[in-house]
Order: sequence, then structure tokens, then C-alpha cells
Amino acid sequence: MSKVNSIISYTVLVIASIVSIFPFLWMIVSSTNRSADVTQGRLLPGSHFFDNLRNLLDTVDLVPALMNSAKISIFTTVLALLIASLAGYGFEIFQSKAKDIVFNILLLSMMIPFAALMVPLFRMFGKISPVAPFLGIDTLTAVVLPTVTTAFLIFFFRQSTKMFPKDILEAGRIDGLNELGIFFRIYVPTMKTTYAAGAIITFMASWNSYLWPLVVLQSPENQTIPLLISNLGSSYSPDFGVIMTAIVIATLPSALIFFIMQKHFVAGMMGSVK
Amino acid sequence: MNVIPAKATPGLPAEKQGKGRQTAASGRKLRARNAVVGWSFITVAALMIVLFYFYPMIQALLLSFQSGTGANLSYVGLDNYARLLKDPTFLTTVKNTVVYLIVQVPVMIILALFLSVLLNNKALKFKGFFRTAIFLPCVTSLVAYSVIFKYLFGQDGIMNIMLMKLSLISEPISWLTDPFWAKITIIIAITWRWTGYNMIFYLSALQNIDNSIYEAAKIDGANAFQQFFKITIPMLKPIILFTSITSTIGTLQLFDEVMNITAGGPANATMTISQYIYNLSFKYTPDFGYAATVSYAIVIMIVIFSIIQFRVAGDKK
Repeated sequence: MSKVNSIISYTVLVIASIVSIFPFLWMIVSSTNRSADVTQGRLLPGSHFFDNLRNLLDTVDLVPALMNSAKISIFTTVLALLIASLAGYGFEIFQSKAKDIVFNILLLSMMIPFAALMVPLFRMFGKISPVAPFLGIDTLTAVVLPTVTTAFLIFFFRQSTKMFPKDILEAGRIDGLNELGIFFRIYVPTMKTTYAAGAIITFMASWNSYLWPLVVLQSPENQTIPLLISNLGSSYSPDFGVIMTAIVIATLPSALIFFIMQKHFVAGMMGSVK
Repeated sequence: MNVIPAKATPGLPAEKQGKGRQTAASGRKLRARNAVVGWSFITVAALMIVLFYFYPMIQALLLSFQSGTGANLSYVGLDNYARLLKDPTFLTTVKNTVVYLIVQVPVMIILALFLSVLLNNKALKFKGFFRTAIFLPCVTSLVAYSVIFKYLFGQDGIMNIMLMKLSLISEPISWLTDPFWAKITIIIAITWRWTGYNMIFYLSALQNIDNSIYEAAKIDGANAFQQFFKITIPMLKPIILFTSITSTIGTLQLFDEVMNITAGGPANATMTISQYIYNLSFKYTPDFGYAATVSYAIVIMIVIFSIIQFRVAGDKK
């Protein structure tokens, strides 16, 4: 690499890194400053984080919102992994022409924009509400159900199953395990990394989802974290320190997952193009 | 669309592996049993997708021929579609969405390609740091980063403060309240959030290109630009196509950012189609029928843009 080229490379990469990181730094710094300091453009860390946190806890129901988001995300992740891995396994191990056609039809659902689904889904859950209030409008179940099965995750598991050593399955059959036994005792433990990657993408998508919860959840006690932040952000007299504290807390789970499991994180993302 | 199924097809059919070891009769019995077992693994997923994707799409189609407020809907034939073509707000949202699409997607893809080529350099130091830093925006939720950007780009926000201190501008830019700058802000925000994401895809594709191709090109006297356009771009074509289609679909559905940065304003100058559907259904007096008609407009746009991208990329799979 010539000297000029390398100077240009480093300059571009340093600028790109600063631009990428700056909003994070600003968010973290602002969460430690008073609102007035933030408006003045203060870029140095202050000592008001705990004041902001106390104000945040006083003004909004942060903990219930965190609990709602956690319930929805964990429930979605567990169910999504179960349903999608069973299907991905079924499509790959018991492959047939008819199943491939079904598979391709299911993949078409990835093209459907959620905006087109929200009105019919809202009316569907509206009709369920009087009959079964526990899964109608304004319940956490209604948030989970429509988003729990995605063609993407089925596709992801099918792709990963291609690498699976199929001879082991035969060994399991000879040992007298039934088909579900083979799946849970042999396939699941072997595919741990695939499950980890799948869990990360599903959890993140669920933790951060906004539009469907906005549509289907109505009462304040069912609010999730993105809804809470959106409400804080649209207030007329925003307290910047408090809002940034809320965003720091909301971003923490994703950031932790990213830094602890960076490899699985990227593997999950790349799953679609293996 | 076609990309994904095409890649999914090969793999070894499972029956083929066991076949050699079995007699014909037991093989047939096993296959019959396998068929039942195989379908039972798939059933739940297939039913869920039919129930929560395909069935609502049919409902939306039926709804698009109805009109009325709330639950009082009646069939009106093609009235909604006629209204669509004359609806100035709808046309504005289509225009906005297309502007985001044709400005933001190419800028982001070129930027991501450029950064990935820089990062793929073997002699580069601090590679891990640069990669992590540029990918970091993907960790944030769409709502969280949107709110951050809303304040960064406020009238007296830090962006204006810094630009004025650097004497790049003499008076603050109305990032959020000027129709032109509001669009720019949205485009900057989306580009910030997704460039690193796309870059990771290119980077992993670049690492799969055999280095000897570049060596040979160098011996033939190809300079860096020629190498980039004659080797890198053609080799990355499938992944560029994949990322441009996912970005297109994502941009056509844009909602969280616009809702939280500008709320669609000033005067609908940044409103997207998704947001208009939301407003029609849940903000204004609900008109589910017309909202469903608008939603079919997005579906049609996704199909059209995907076909265009396949054509542009050529049919080399």
C-alpha cells in the first residue's frame, strides 16, 4: 500500500468511525448532564446520571415497560426458535418436491410489508377480543402471535441444517428414538450455535419492535420500551438528560448482547446469504 | 423472490442417503412414514404464516374494495383506487418514499462498498476497531436512534452548534422544519443506521474472493480502480443485489424513523406511505378500506422495484 493511499484509508476510516460512534457518545454524555447543559451543547460527562434516573423513574413507568418488553421478547424468542427450527428441520431432512413448493410459497411472505398487514391484523384481533379477551387487542399475546413465525427464520434454520451430519439421525433411529426424540436429543444440542444466532436476531427484533405494539397496545400499563421512548421523545418540553437516560437503559440489552456474542450476532445476520 | 429459493434448492435430499442401506420394501414404508413425519414438523409454521400473513393479505384485498368509517364498511367497487390516484397526500407520500429510495439506497451501498474495500486491506491496522465502530449503529433500536437524531438535528441541537463553531454555516439550518432539510435529515439518519450493516455483508463476500485473482490483475498492470470495477464489483454482484433488494423493501416500509424524527412534517414533506396508512387507520377518522388500498400500493411498488433490480443486475442468477 502506497503512503498516500494508506493516509487516505486511515483518514476515511477514522472519520467513518467518529461519525458512527458520536451519537452514542452524545447519548451517554447527555444522560449524565442536566437538560439545560445538553441544550448548551455540553460534550463533557457530568454528574447528574442518578438525578436523571430518579426523575425518569418518577415521571414514567419505566420498570413495568421493561418487564413488558422482556416478557414479549423472551416469549417470542422461545416460540419462534421452536416453530422455525422444527420447520427448517422438516423441510431439509424430509425434503420432497411438494415440501419445496410449500417452502417457496412461505418465503413469499417475506415480501409482504407489515404496513399492509397491520389493518387486517388489527381487525382480526379486534374480533377475537370479545370472545377471548386474553389474546385480543391490548394484550401482550396479541403482540407476540403475528410476529412469532417468520419465513426468514425458517429459511435460516433450513440453510444451517444443510451442514448437519445426517448419519447421526440414522444412528438415533437404530437406537430406537422416535422422530421428536431425535429432534430434541440429537438435532437441538448439535445446532447450539444456530440457535444462539437465531435467538439474537429474534430477541433484538422483538425488543425493538415499534409499529405493531403501537397499533395493538393501548393501555399505559401495557406499554413497551420503544413506545415509552417514542412518547418521551414527542413531549413538548423534553428533559434531554432524562430522555437520554431512558435510551441508554433501552439500548443496554442490545449492546450487551452485541459485545458478548459478536460472532453469533454477525452469524445470525449473515444467515440469509450463506 | 427468486434469489432466495434459487439458493435454497440444492443440498442433498435426505432419502438419498439412507437408500443404499435399505431393501426396496422397507424403503417404501419408511418413505411413506417419513412423508407424514416430515409434514408434521412443518405444519405449525405453515399454519402460522398462512394465518398471520396470507390470510390478512386476502382480507386487505377485500377491504380495499370497501369504504366507511370504523366497522361500518360497505362495498364500493373500485372507488378507493380512483380516489388513490387523485389523493394529493398519497401522491406526496409516494414521492417522498421514492426520493428516499433513489437517493439513500445508492449512497449507502456505495459508501458501504467503499468502506468494506478499505477494511479488506491486509496491511490495515486497528481493523477490528474500525469494523466494530462502523457496525455499532446496528445495535440501536430504530425508535431510540430516531429520537437521538431528532435532538442532534434540532434547531439549537449539537449539529448546528458544531457547524456554526466550525464556521461552516452562519446561521442554524432548520434540519427538521424545512421541507428540504427534513428529508436530508431522514436520509442521513437511515444512512448512519444501515451502512455498517451492509458493509459487513460486503466484507464477508470480499474475504471469499481468491487473492490470486488480484495478483494476476496486478501483473497484467491493472490499477486499483480497474481492479475495483473489473473484479470486485462483478464478484460481489449477487450480494449487492441482495442488499439493494432488502434495503429497497426496508425503505418502502419506512415508518419508525419518520414517525419519531419529524412525525411526517413539515406539512407532510417527509411522510412515508406506511405512515399514511397508519394515520388513515388509527389517527384520522379510521378508514380501513382506503388504508388497505394504500397498502396494496406498497406491495405493488415492492414487486416493481424488485423486478427492476433483477433486470438491472442482469440475469446471471
